[in-house]
Formats: sequence, C-alpha cells, structure tokens
Amino acid sequence: MYVIIAGAGKVGWNLARELIAKDREVTLIESDHDRFRVVEQELEHAVQYGDASELWVLERAGIQRADLVIAVTGDDEDNILISQVAKKKYGVQRIVARVNNPRNLTHFKMLGIQPAVSATDLILRLIEHEVPEYGLVQLLALEEEHLEIIELEVLEGSLVVGRQVQEIALPEGSLVISVLRAGRGFVPKPSDTVASGDQVLLILDPGLESEITALFASTGAGASA
Amino acid sequence: MFILIVGCGRVGSAVAKSALDAGHEVSVMDIDPLSHIRLDRDETSTWEDAGGRFTVGTALEVDGLIEAGIEQANVFMAATSGDNTNLVISQIAQRRFNVPRVVVRVADPARAAWYAEQGLQTICPTQVAIEQAEQVLLTP
Repeated sequence: MYVIIAGAGKVGWNLARELIAKDREVTLIESDHDRFRVVEQELEHAVQYGDASELWVLERAGIQRADLVIAVTGDDEDNILISQVAKKKYGVQRIVARVNNPRNLTHFKMLGIQPAVSATDLILRLIEHEVPEYGLVQLLALEEEHLEIIELEVLEGSLVVGRQVQEIALPEGSLVISVLRAGRGFVPKPSDTVASGDQVLLILDPGLESEITALFASTGAGASA
Repeated sequence: MFILIVGCGRVGSAVAKSALDAGHEVSVMDIDPLSHIRLDRDETSTWEDAGGRFTVGTALEVDGLIEAGIEQANVFMAATSGDNTNLVISQIAQRRFNVPRVVVRVADPARAAWYAEQGLQTICPTQVAIEQAEQVLLTP
C-alpha cells in the first residue's frame, strides 16, 4: 500500500513514522523549509519538500499510484483542496482529511470529503461520553454506510422504564446493542428489563435520533412517539 | 445586480469600485479591516458614502458570508490571496448558496485549469501574464 501524507506537523510526522514501522510505503510532503529539514533528518527520502496543493508536487510524489492520501496540514482549505484533487483528478480510492476548525466540518461534508477527522470533535465526544447529562452521545458515525451508534441515559419517567427490551416500540432501523448498568455492560436479552439510569447503546439509521430520544430520555407529555 | 466580492486586495477593490460605478449593489468582505482603505475614493468620501458595503470576516465562516449578503448575491467573486481559499469558498457559494454566477481568481495555472474543467469560472492572472510575456518576447 502506498500512502501520501500532506503536512509534516505533529500529526503528519507521527502518522508517517507509524505507517513506515508497519512496512507501508510512505511519502510525506511539507511546504515549510525549516520543518522539512528537521523531518528529513529522520525520514530521509520519505519526505519531500513542496506545497502539496500544487498538482506537480503531488505528481512528483507519485499520486497516480497512491492507495491512500492523508491531508493533515494546518489549513482546512488546503486539506479540502488536496483531498478533492486526489479523489477526483487522480482517482485515489481512499482519503482521510483533518479538520482543524470544527466549524469547517460542514464544508468537508458538502464537498464529499470523507472521512474528515476533527480532533476537537473527537475530544468533545469523549467529554460527552464522560459527562452523561448531555443526554444523547454519538459514539460512531459511518456516513457512507448510513449507520451510527449512539449512547443515551434512560431517564426516570421515560416510556421505556420498567419495560422489557422486546416490548419497546423501537423505530424500524434501530436496535439496542448494549446496556451499561452499575459500571458493567451487557448485551440484553429480549426479556431483560430497562431501568432508569441505564446507559443504552443503540445502532440506528441516521435520522432516527429524535424518535429514540423520545422513547428513552423524555419524561414530558411530548413523548408521543 | 448584487455582487459580493471576498478579498479586498488590488483586484477585489478595483472590481468592487467599477461595479459600484456601474450602478450595481456591491458588498466586499475581507479578513483585514484596514483593507477598507482601498475602497475609499479620497479622504472626504468613503466607500459607504458611495453606497458600498464592507464586512470584516473570514471567508470560510458561513456567518460572515451571510452577513455580507451571500444569500442575496447574484454574482460572487473569490479574490483573496489564497488559491485554495478561493477555490473552496467559490464552491461553497455555488453549491451551498446557489449563487448563479461565481468567479474565482486562481494564481496557479495548473489548479485554475483543472477547476475550470470541473465547471468553475476561473481567472488566472499568472496565465495571462505568461501569455502576454510570450507574445511580447517571442513575436518577431
């Protein structure tokens, strides 16, 4: 597998190191000359000097035969452009792009750049996972596969409290895959009962979140679903 | 026509002024508040006096684009100093805000050519300079 990484910052450099250690063929591209010199001391020919958003620089790195392009510069515009060109112009099968400013995530999505990884977003999700009062937490979202895994806390007085799993009228396209109770997780049997305070993991088609929340985490009269 | 120009450098400001003179509604956006000076005619008459709009903002921030009027724009021009910024925001203008006419300045001839093939209307000053120089230097 041949991998091109644009941007030799902390992320790019460490990714290159890890991939090389796994015997992948890697070319790292860095546009800052001083940074390039530093990285070159360690990675030697595996790093090239140049602006990865210039087509000739990508071609010199052999983008035509790349299996994976990872755009991890500090500029979202650059990461978008590199990904777009890699995918559409050079037909690279797999792209991974870094989102520096989470607000720009919508731009990556709109332009079809997937997966787009935002460190801020990942850390936020971890915080939400640790702090349950946020309610519904998205643990995993596979955009292209149209699948996501969410976690939510069963609230006192919600529709599912005291019901068996098989009695819960889940919307089509969703499934309870795990229940966390008293620090322990288990895959529930249809006859297991849901209690308030349980953390429930569900796998679902995107778009069903509000129906699910109405069942598990809504105490009010509005929970007609 | 409502024209929104992002990037108030030499090109952006000059196009903005002539568009306003021609009677169009013109809104200019730039990250640098000091760039506004390029739009004023002289010390006594400001850009706003002449009827122009100016917004300070980063082009990738959608809120700034909306404040600058992108939802009403008939024409959008991306003329910041960054090629990649221009190429990204012009696609946002085209696809997200459905601006009917989008023009993008791209300094790098290779990127300009490829994105033109993808349906963006690109202007490449470098390519123009190359062609002019070739004509002047190589014509006997």
